This record gives sequence, C-alpha cells and structure tokens, in this order.
Amino acid sequence: MKIDQALEITSLSHTGQVRSHNEDSVGYEALCGLVVLADGMGGYNAGEVASGMTVSVLSSEIKSALLSNVVSDEEDDSGEDMGVTLLRKNVKKANATIYHAAQSQPQYAGMGTTVVAALFYDNHVAVAHVGDSRMYRLRGDAFETITRDHSLLQDQIDSGLISVADARKSMNKNLVTRAVGIDVDVDVEVHVHAVQVGDIYLLCSDGLNDMVSDDDIGSALQMLQVNLTLAANQLIEMANDNGGRDNVSVILVKIKGDFAVSHSWLEKLSLWFKKVNDKWL
Amino acid sequence: MAAKIILSMNDAVVQEYPLDKERITIGRKSHNAIVIDNLAVSGEHAAIVTILNDSFLEDLNSTNGLTVNGIATKKHFLQNNDVIEIGKYKLKYLNDQVSQITAADFEKTMILRAPAAKSAPKAELLEQTGKLHSSMLPPQAAPAAKSAPKAELLEQTGKLHSSMLPPQAAPAAAPVKSAVTPAGAAAPPAAALQSGIGMIQILTGPNAGKELELTKNLTTLGKAGTQVVVLTKRAQGYFITYVEGSSYPTLNARPLSDQPHQLKANDIIELAGIKMEFYIKN
Repeated sequence: MKIDQALEITSLSHTGQVRSHNEDSVGYEALCGLVVLADGMGGYNAGEVASGMTVSVLSSEIKSALLSNVVSDEEDDSGEDMGVTLLRKNVKKANATIYHAAQSQPQYAGMGTTVVAALFYDNHVAVAHVGDSRMYRLRGDAFETITRDHSLLQDQIDSGLISVADARKSMNKNLVTRAVGIDVDVDVEVHVHAVQVGDIYLLCSDGLNDMVSDDDIGSALQMLQVNLTLAANQLIEMANDNGGRDNVSVILVKIKGDFAVSHSWLEKLSLWFKKVNDKWL
Repeated sequence: MAAKIILSMNDAVVQEYPLDKERITIGRKSHNAIVIDNLAVSGEHAAIVTILNDSFLEDLNSTNGLTVNGIATKKHFLQNNDVIEIGKYKLKYLNDQVSQITAADFEKTMILRAPAAKSAPKAELLEQTGKLHSSMLPPQAAPAAKSAPKAELLEQTGKLHSSMLPPQAAPAAAPVKSAVTPAGAAAPPAAALQSGIGMIQILTGPNAGKELELTKNLTTLGKAGTQVVVLTKRAQGYFITYVEGSSYPTLNARPLSDQPHQLKANDIIELAGIKMEFYIKN
C-alpha cells in the first residue's frame, strides 16, 4: 500500500484559554509519511517564528529528499537507518536556521522551540524529538509514551527525586533541558519503532499532557479512534475544559494498512551490484 | 517571590524564614538555619531542599520524627499551606507565587540557557542525578545546571518578571519555557455539573427499560461499524456527538451533525434503531 493510503492523518492546534497567541506549529506531508509538531518559545512572536521554521524546514527538506531519492547513498555511508538520518540531519538544519536568525535579528534573539517529528516508512516509524513535546502510541488497549521528555522534571523522575504522581503537582514544569535553535548545535534523540496496522500515534505539545492525564487521553483515543477528527477535537476540548493554560496541539496518525517497501529480487541484485561497484572504484 | 516557612508555637508566630537557599536545615543546634531550642528536637532534625519552585522536606533521622498535615513522614514534597509539626512547633510552608501570577504573566515565555551546557559529559550528569536520588542534593546538582556558571549565562527573551526568576538562578543550563506554571494546572477540575448525573434510559428493543449512568467523561453508545455516538460530560453539561456510521443518529427526530449538541432533559436519541431518553438524576 502507498504510504498516503496506509496512513490517516489529522492535525489540530488551538491557542488555549489563557494565552493571546499560538506559538505551536503543526504540519504534515501525507505523501512522505511525515508529521511534525513544534512548540515555540521566546519573546513576543519569536516563539511562533521558531516553531514555524522548524516545521517548514523539516517538511520541505525531507519531502524533497524523499521525492528526489537522494537519500539511499547517505544511508549506506553512515550505516544508519534512512529515516533516522533524514530526521536528525534536518532537525539540525532547522536548529542552524533558527540560531542564525536569532543571532542576526534582535527581535528573534533567544528564540527556540521543542520538536517532535515522525517519519513513517517500510512498516516502521522513526521518531525524533527535542524538548517536551511528545509522541504516544495506542496499540490495542495499551496507551503509552514513546518519547521521553528532555525536561528537568523527567530528570528528577529518573533520578527518583520525585514520583510520577508528585510530578503532576510540581511547579517546575516546562523547564526543558534541550531545545532547537538556542545553540550552535542540538542533540536530537531519534528512535525507530515497528508499526502495526491499527496503531494510533499521537504527537502533542505539553499544553495537552499538562492539562489532561495520560489515562484520560488514552481512553478518549480508544473510544474515538474510528473518527480521528472528532478525537483530535475532543483532546483539545478536554485541555481547554481543564483550563487550557497553554497552546494545545495534536497530530493523530492511524495505521490503516501495511506499507512495507517491496524489494524485488532484481532491485536487490542491482543494489548489491551498486555496492560492490562502489567498493571497488 | 521565594517560598517561606513560618515557625509558630501555640498559634503564636515565632519567625519567618524565606527558602532562598538550596538546602536549609531545621534543628536544635545553632548552626541550623531554623533553630528550635527544645529538647524534643534533634540536633539536626530535618532539611528542606528547594529546586526552583519546588521544595522537598526530609527527616534527617531525627529521634522524635515529624509530621506533615498530621501524617508522620520521612520525605515529603511540600505543597502550599502544608503544616510541618516537630514537637510542639508548627512550621507552615507557604508558596503563594501561584496566586500572584496574573494572566499576563503567562505571555512571558522565556529561555534561560547556557552555552556551556553541551560540554557537560553525560556520565558526569548521570552520576549527579544518582546522588540526587540518595541524598537530595542541593539544586546546583540538578542535571545540567552544574555544568554552567551563574548569572552571566542567563539569556532571556521578552520581559522577565523578577518574581519569575527562581531564587538560586539554578536553572542556568535549562532553557525555560514559561517558567510560570500554575500549581494545580495538572489537576483537571472535577466536572462541576450544576445538577446531578446524566442518565440514559433505553426505551425500545431487547434492552428496553435498562438505564445507564453517565459517570465517565466520555461514554460511547451504539454498535461499532454501524452507528456510534459519544456522550461527553463537561462543566457546562452533557453533549452528544456523532462518531461513526453511514447515517446520522437522530436527536428528537432530527439528524445529528458532526458538531456536538448539548443534551437537555427528556431528549430522545435514536441510535441504530433503538430509542433512548436522556435525563438528569439528582
């Protein structure tokens, strides 16, 4: 099945109940199986600029790389998975773009953003993230976080200083330990997971998971999974009903079918010859 | 504004102590930040560790122990208005910055960062977090913060309200997103319905007469693949929304749309050929 037929994608972003503008950005490229969500930070409207740049750099760069098929060679060089390379390279590119804009234009000084981006290909998903924007997965009855926040609170949970339950009462939320665009380079965390038909992936900004418990998010997705648009609306409504203190954004991806890449024996053979060729030349 | 401890005995305030250090100790001996000269109090009785806006209380193996809000404890994550009792003394924890935050402050998203952040080797960070675990080290040991020197590394955008700055400037290495997060933001307010619990009574079909209490925030009704609606419980009341099916269910004989509709008492829903009535039980 082609990737755009195998995936159903919906996205929604809302300013929330308290803030005056929306610093989150969301985007997706259905033809490439790419979804991107970023939660910007920085004075005035610099947050939107940073998150918007991240979404547009990732979308346009990965789209052009995939459509022009220039990625396979790089993949061989690094020994890394194609999706991992593409995501890491382009998050770093977004980082450099934002960093330079922030350096050269005073009104953008210090802007930055979190990002979570997922690339679906060959029955797998590569997930890159920086900061506290998350990806969750609903598989059957199991709803779980796939990313681990880069935040002070997560570090405290990991070290046992604070329990997961107490963490919800913490006043140190939103302290991220990594962000895109605030430094010359950025440490991007990328992992690859196998995908199953029926899985639902949720990418969200902390405006959702700070306001709504994981249990409530999971049960809403479980109940409304047949209608992704409604599910996205419901999640945002729940965050707003609970106070909506931050911008809240969600992207939902449902796996409707198999999207394995078929390598015919001829393709494999020619790939092999190409490799052998490269080696000897 | 930093959190503080108010020490009192027999309802008379003895003294106020701001929690402006990473770690303060409470005890009988004079080197403690909070000295309680009473034989029931151990030389070093307890410590309060403050990391940015969060404070943690720890009993330092005292002879007579302590309670928080009447419950004996060894370690406790302090919340605004908690009362610590040591012998006859009461120590009230106040962290009222939340109430001082106005809506406008939410706009002030800021970044605190340190160029040196990257230089901290991973292993060292892990070691530090390990120590945090065992001994509740002061905040400078918080991951990443130690790798960076102090205030000169602070960079900020937007206006930074002085009250938003944590007392210890500890987060030097941490980009801060909206440092002002209200406490309790996490706790979803219980759906404060003005009156009673929503009920569905089935009127026709094999299950006629059966009733369903709408206690959960979301309840789906219908037959998967055929016709399904979701009933949502919100502060404003109950809403019905179409989820799936080739045709729309009806509400009072009018087809539903993709938009949520608020339910009123005695509304009649017809779903997959079954009629049911919504009402409120007090």
